[in-house]
Amino acid sequence: MELNYFLILSAFLFCVGVYGVLARKNGVLVLMSVELMLNAVSINLIAFSALNHSVSGQIFALFVITIAAAEVGVGLAIVLLIYRNLKSPDLDKIDELKG
Amino acid sequence: MNAPHIDFHALAPEIILVATIVVVLLVDLFVKNKNLVPRIASIGVLGALIPVLTLASDGVNRSMFGGAYIVDNYALLFKGLFLVVAYITLLVSFNYIGEGDYYRGEFYVLLLTSVLGMTVMASARDLITIFVALETITIPTFALAAWRKHDTKSNEAGLKYFLIGVLSTAIMLYDMSLVYGITGANKLVDIAGYINEHSTPPLFAVGVFLTLAGFAFKVSAVPFHFWAPDTYEGAPTPVTAFLSVASKAGGFVALISIVKFGFFPSEDSWQPIIWVLAAASMTLGNLAALRQTNIVRMLAYSSIAQGGFMLVPIAVAADVGGNGDSAWAAVAVYLVIYAVMNLGAFAAVIAVARRTGSGEISSFNGLGRTAPLLAVFMSLFLFSLAGIPPLAGWYAKLVMFRSVFDSGTTGAVILGVIAALNAVVAFFYYAGVTRAMWLEEPATGTEERTLPTPLALNVAMVLISVVVVAAGVYPQGVARLGELAFLTG
Repeated sequence: MELNYFLILSAFLFCVGVYGVLARKNGVLVLMSVELMLNAVSINLIAFSALNHSVSGQIFALFVITIAAAEVGVGLAIVLLIYRNLKSPDLDKIDELKG
Repeated sequence: MNAPHIDFHALAPEIILVATIVVVLLVDLFVKNKNLVPRIASIGVLGALIPVLTLASDGVNRSMFGGAYIVDNYALLFKGLFLVVAYITLLVSFNYIGEGDYYRGEFYVLLLTSVLGMTVMASARDLITIFVALETITIPTFALAAWRKHDTKSNEAGLKYFLIGVLSTAIMLYDMSLVYGITGANKLVDIAGYINEHSTPPLFAVGVFLTLAGFAFKVSAVPFHFWAPDTYEGAPTPVTAFLSVASKAGGFVALISIVKFGFFPSEDSWQPIIWVLAAASMTLGNLAALRQTNIVRMLAYSSIAQGGFMLVPIAVAADVGGNGDSAWAAVAVYLVIYAVMNLGAFAAVIAVARRTGSGEISSFNGLGRTAPLLAVFMSLFLFSLAGIPPLAGWYAKLVMFRSVFDSGTTGAVILGVIAALNAVVAFFYYAGVTRAMWLEEPATGTEERTLPTPLALNVAMVLISVVVVAAGVYPQGVARLGELAFLTG
């Protein structure tokens, strides 16, 4: 079935994104990995929308794209803030709070 | 193409909040007197409460946008709770933000935006609306957690919260997409309808599992809790109070909505997960709280444990009968009482930190002698959190245990025993702080700062302690709220 190709692609993209978030040390690259995960969601939604012949999946995908932009905007601001204070985007250097 | 029917009365709380946000932003831009901003924000929040009350007295369930946005008693109870919590948070943060090194106007804009997301969340009955509302709640709080200028601890708090937040959102979305793909439906009612009519494939259980995992991050349930203590400690304390009360309540409302209206018929897929989350949150939260030396971290772990107690009625909801309505009412009552008493505890912590300039539990030593009134307030809130009668907390615990007995299954009884043991453990660390306040000698040699407790903070603490005592002595009032929301809704 054609749907499977889309689902496998999106599952792969999602896993790459999860790996990136967990393994990358550079704040900007982590943000890009988050984007990959959210795009995987969009592919899923649109594939299912075509399968189910319902338009709401595509609308959902539009909302995902919009909110992903807002989220990454705030994320970049926080990474920039840390870069100003520490002169480095390396997330491993941030370890003052321990619990 | 027909324009959708829009009921302006039903949307009035949100409309007033949006108007307030815009006015606050403009006033901050053009008016020099910065004290005006929080006042306008407070008036806006109280103004938004008025339509909530008129809608509640009206008693008609209103449904908009094809059933994606519903204003019923359930939604109104939580809208009211969120607005009251927002008002108290404004009172608590007034002097803290005013006197510290903070951007002021934007702080209130972001706070109100987050509250707006919560009021939408209470009405959301469809996956898209829940997602948008959840993001409206959390995105502003990412910025608020990192609000303290030139402070790497606050930056770190914001970053950790942000990374965990977006990760959980992405996981939740991926699994919402699976649920949508399988059921072909966006609305929670249609998802429940699909489950009733079809047998669901195993993939559906995966979707439910990971969707709930996403919400578990938001309500900081163990094992998805590790961000909470760090974020709570690093963020400005009023923001911590807001996160641990309002943001958590927002997550819980989303969880209740999605389980109650959506996944409820397929109880095998969600009940075990909630059971494990509840047991783990109570146990690990309480054990970790025992060995904390910082009061905010202690309250962070205590709020994780309280979250576990709140999950207990959800875990047994499928066995209570009558669509689990009495269990949902128990969660609602617990959530309302928890929100009030936990805000009180944070207000007292802020007041004490103003005097001592420290967040350590040892800084509470001898507070009963140096500031007896403050010590009374703090003891009141802590004993309420511990569940000592006649304070509000005991009633919250009572309804939780009652829902366990109502269901009576083996799993529920085991969970009840775990909860009972944890209630005892929790008493030790709450009582530990109280003991430090009343029985320890004040630390000698430290210079007492003579900053008086500001009026707004005192008003907040008096209001909360009145509610805490009143709800404990006359619990029927709170119980009625919970019943109204679910049994007639």
